[in-house]
Amino acid sequence: MKDLVEVLAKALVDHPEFVIVEMKEREKSSVIELRVAPDDMGKVIGKQGRIARAIRTVVKAAATKERKRVTVEIV
Amino acid sequence: MNVEPNIIESSGKTVDEAIESALGVLKLNREDVEIDILEEATKGFFGILGGKPARVRVKAKITAAGRAKDMLNNVMQVMKLDVELEMIEKNEKILININGSDLGILIGRRGETLDALQYLVNLSANKNAEKRKRIIIDIEGYRRRREETLMKLAFKLADKAKQRGRNVVLEPMNSMERRIIHTALQERDDIYTFSEGEEPYRKIIISPKKG
Repeated sequence: MKDLVEVLAKALVDHPEFVIVEMKEREKSSVIELRVAPDDMGKVIGKQGRIARAIRTVVKAAATKERKRVTVEIV
Repeated sequence: MNVEPNIIESSGKTVDEAIESALGVLKLNREDVEIDILEEATKGFFGILGGKPARVRVKAKITAAGRAKDMLNNVMQVMKLDVELEMIEKNEKILININGSDLGILIGRRGETLDALQYLVNLSANKNAEKRKRIIIDIEGYRRRREETLMKLAFKLADKAKQRGRNVVLEPMNSMERRIIHTALQERDDIYTFSEGEEPYRKIIISPKKG
C-alpha cells in the first residue's frame, strides 16, 4: 500500500527524489503519510483536491484487496 | 521496472545504416528518438583499407505512451496483479487495454477506480508535455460493455418517458457516461435529453416532446 502511494506520487511530481511515504499502522486502519517537495504539492493535490481524491480511490481499492482500512494524508 | 533499453550506440557502413540498426534494436521509429552522430564513416584507400564505420548514439525519447506504460506497470507490480498491457496509438489518443484475471478490484464500483487510475495516468503521461495525448484505459472490455448497457438503458427509459408523458430522471453519472446517453438518444424526435445538477451529482433527464 505504501509502495503504491510512492509509485503514484513519483509518477506525478517533478522531484521524485523528494517523495517520502510513511505508513503508521494501527489495529484496524492505517494512515499513509505522503510528503513531497513544496512546489510539487499542487501535483498531488490538484484543483479542489481532485488528484488527492483519485490517489485515495486507487489506494482504497488496493486496501480492499488486503481487507484493510487505509487513509492517505498529504502532509 | 523498466527493462527495455532506451539508449544504445551502434555502427554501420553509413550513418543511416547505423541509425536503422539501432532503431531495430530499440523497436522504435525515427521520430521517437534523439540521434547523436559520434563519427561519420570514412573510406579507406580504394574503399577497402583503413575504412572506419559510422557510429551513432540513439536515445529513446520519453513519450506519453512510454510514461503511461511505465506507470501502469509499476502500479500493477506493487498491487501484485499479473496483467498484460495492450497499447493502441491513434493520433492524439492512446488506448490501453489491461488484460488479466481478477481485475474487478481495479474497476471498482461503476468504474470509479478505473476512472481515478485513468486520470492519474493522464496527468503523469502528459506532465510538462507541449501536446497532450488523451489516454483511455479499459480493463477487460469494461468500458465497451458499460457503453452497451447505458445505450440499452437509454432506449428503455426514453420509451418510458414517452409512454408516461413525464420526465425520467437518471442516476448521477460522469461526463463520459452522460455523453454516451445523449448521443444514443439524439436521433429520436419524440424525446429530448438534458443534464441537471452539479458534478459529481450531475444527472440526465429524458423529457417527452409535446405534440
